Amino acid sequence: MSFLSDQPLDLGALVARVTAPERGGIACFVGVVRDHHEGRRVLRLEYSAYDAMAEAECARIASEAEAKWDVRVALAHRIGTLEIGEPAVAMAAAAAHRDAAFAACRYLIEQVKRRVPIWKREYFADGTVSWVDPRQPARPAEPPAEAGPGAPPPTDPMGHTDWGV
Amino acid sequence: MTVSAASTVTVRVLLFGSYAEAAGQTSLTLTVPAPATVASVLRLLRAQAAGARLPERPLCAVNLAHARLDTPVAQGDEIAILPPLAGG
Repeated sequence: MSFLSDQPLDLGALVARVTAPERGGIACFVGVVRDHHEGRRVLRLEYSAYDAMAEAECARIASEAEAKWDVRVALAHRIGTLEIGEPAVAMAAAAAHRDAAFAACRYLIEQVKRRVPIWKREYFADGTVSWVDPRQPARPAEPPAEAGPGAPPPTDPMGHTDWGV
Repeated sequence: MTVSAASTVTVRVLLFGSYAEAAGQTSLTLTVPAPATVASVLRLLRAQAAGARLPERPLCAVNLAHARLDTPVAQGDEIAILPPLAGG
């Protein structure tokens, strides 16, 4: 299953993939391109990815959600140039009851934003273009965690980065 | 008779987004002394023009998974240097 798409996302198709007779609650989240950023008008966004790792990371996130809760999940992320209002990311989580569906859906979007190697360039109405850095305003760098070889991967891949370039 | 370990490790390094833009290239091949880690690859990268503007501890991945500075690196591994993630 491919998670990245250069075509418009189809939430209905994601819902169809998780629908089952025993699953009475389906939670969905759709992230769409916003028309402003820090008070400036945005015209469009251009998404790019480290494709192979983004696919692998999305697969890991989906597996984790299905291990944590009794749910079926589906998600997709758009790549390429997106206009205002176009869905950039979409997901659905289906469970017997709503609590697990909402929890799993929330997990998907939070982990996608935190872990999946995707970047975006903002095209502003004033003609400027810049890479989006969600860490702005800048926060202090954290020291790297110490761990021996074979230590599990960090739960927060951002936790040992610092901010520059 | 024992087989001696190779004394160097050659890896492929990928750059993305603003890092690729700053470097003017998206990939390069580096050879570092064994045993190697993400940190030792970064040290060599930063000494070159392509990596001169990288932050001290950028987000990194080894073979499609998030890695730490002390993650070991082996011959043929793919090391990705990732700018701040902005998906969603």
